[in-house]
Amino acid sequence: MATYIVRRLIWVPVLLVIVSFITFALGRFGPGDPVQILLGQNFRQDAYDRIRAQQGLDDPIAVQYARYIGNALRGDFGESYQYRGRSVTDLLKSKIWISAQLNFAALLISVSLGVAAGLFAALRQGTWWDSAMVAFTLVGQSMHVFLTIPIALLIFSLKLGLLPTHGWDGFFSTSIILPAIVLGIPGVAIVTRLTRASTLDVIGQDYIRTARAKGLPERLVRMRHILRNSMIPVVTTLGFSLAGLASGSFIVELYFGIPGVGLLTIESLFSRDYPIIMAVTLLGTTLFVLANLIVDVIYPVLDPRIRLGGDYVAG
Amino acid sequence: MRDEVQRLQLPESRTRGHSYFYLSVRRLSRKKLAMTCLIVIAIMYGSGVFAPLVAPHGYNDQDLSSVKERPSLTHPLGTDRLGRDMLSRVMYSLRTTVIITVTSLVTGALIIGVTLGLVAGYFGKWADGVIMRVGEVTSAFPDIFLVLIIVATVKPRILQWVRGMEDATGIDWIIRLGIVDYTVISLALAVFSWFGMARLVRGQVLQARENQYVEAARALGSSSKRILGRHLLPNVISPVIVSVSAGLGAVAGAEVVLSWLGIGIQPPTPSLGVMIFENGNISVLRSDPHLTLVPSSVLVLLLFTFSLLGDGLNDAFNPRAR
Repeated sequence: MATYIVRRLIWVPVLLVIVSFITFALGRFGPGDPVQILLGQNFRQDAYDRIRAQQGLDDPIAVQYARYIGNALRGDFGESYQYRGRSVTDLLKSKIWISAQLNFAALLISVSLGVAAGLFAALRQGTWWDSAMVAFTLVGQSMHVFLTIPIALLIFSLKLGLLPTHGWDGFFSTSIILPAIVLGIPGVAIVTRLTRASTLDVIGQDYIRTARAKGLPERLVRMRHILRNSMIPVVTTLGFSLAGLASGSFIVELYFGIPGVGLLTIESLFSRDYPIIMAVTLLGTTLFVLANLIVDVIYPVLDPRIRLGGDYVAG
Repeated sequence: MRDEVQRLQLPESRTRGHSYFYLSVRRLSRKKLAMTCLIVIAIMYGSGVFAPLVAPHGYNDQDLSSVKERPSLTHPLGTDRLGRDMLSRVMYSLRTTVIITVTSLVTGALIIGVTLGLVAGYFGKWADGVIMRVGEVTSAFPDIFLVLIIVATVKPRILQWVRGMEDATGIDWIIRLGIVDYTVISLALAVFSWFGMARLVRGQVLQARENQYVEAARALGSSSKRILGRHLLPNVISPVIVSVSAGLGAVAGAEVVLSWLGIGIQPPTPSLGVMIFENGNISVLRSDPHLTLVPSSVLVLLLFTFSLLGDGLNDAFNPRAR
């Protein structure tokens, strides 16, 4: 177990170096001159040359990359090109907080509704309730935000006039409701499906029959034996969602004008704001890889039957 | 109960020489839901492939005297702000979907993914290590971020280069027909989708290569190439077919997102993403909601049928996996 984790942990920084180099190289390969972005339309040639030299953009790409990594290791991700005078770390902090709030609200919807609906359906297997839930999960999983956003806006904002069409006022406001619901719907379907499937699996196990046979009240059978075991696969998906908390869901953020990481990422991509693109990629990748690792480590704690080691599969 | 009876009859039909593939296809053909999905997909892909023949209007035919019309007999899905027929535009958009999904899935998942999966699983050792580590790098990027960066940075360069070539040679249709867009996006999406397939095939091969028929083939002197192509590939193909259905949906969705952002397919070439973007703002939604809902609904229908078909395929091809 320990060697397994150590091996996985050693691979993480290597992976990050490769990923960041690919991003860095692609960024330099792409069109657009960062100095021109910095200076705007009118500039003098000598100022242009001076800034170019100052930023080290004339050096070979390997040197530029090494310098970037050196600074990044000291926690300095450089300065944004488009938001002049603001450090990337500073800028990202506020954006991440906004995206995290939105994603947390969506996750709350997905998990609470999904687990409840999944358990509900599984405990009524074979009835029309169950069939209805299965049908819902099938439709819900394919519900792209491109369709749910206009429908939600049409009903709640334009027809009923209840909720704002866009904007952001923090977690406790009406403007978070629509984006959170829209983001949460596919999650509800996925969690419902997972919970239902794993609950049905658990219900068929011998230890549930044993629990019932020894006279345990049904409530305790459900809470202690069924729920706890059926949550294993749900925890896995939750792990991945937690990694997604800090990364922005850019479609929803663009649609609703929420100034989170997703909006910032797309903005930076269009304005060739390399320092921000680099930082966002590094951050997203780190979280994603670590979330994978954490899920793999938590798994055997929840289900002691799973043994690690053996076939080493990093992720 | 009927399922059990059918399964009991399996060995008998096998003696009559039906392949596993034939049996799976027959199992699939008995599933009404999956067959309905197959038909819906066939209609959508067919109308994409044959768009120039079946579309009632051209995708770029503007009729400024009838803009933003409600659905009618002449325009079954209405017209957009330039008086272009929505139905025709949807059909031509599906053409884009067909091109992108097929090329990127054939190159990415089927050619690169299956081959590397076979190699990694069969040869193991350093080949396995290299392939898996490279795959982990491409899949370490969050969501479709790698595709976004590749398309945003590489496409302008290639466009620049092709434009130079067009000027030099006098050919003028490469950019106009959107070939550059299609190629770059397909390849970027192939980079995004190959590893899932490679990992799947590798896992299957790791199990399959321990079978006695592989040993027997080797004992008879078959080359590695023959063992891989004739013995292992046919035995790992069912999960590949199942995951292709899921892959098609994911790739179609990713293309729509890229085009919606404005870095995918460039107008006037139609794409569902372009249509969703053009008709997506709040004032269009207020006055003519059908313009927004038509392309979005087609996208969701596409994703929905692919995912249902995937479930059906899974039941038909992996009956024991349930």
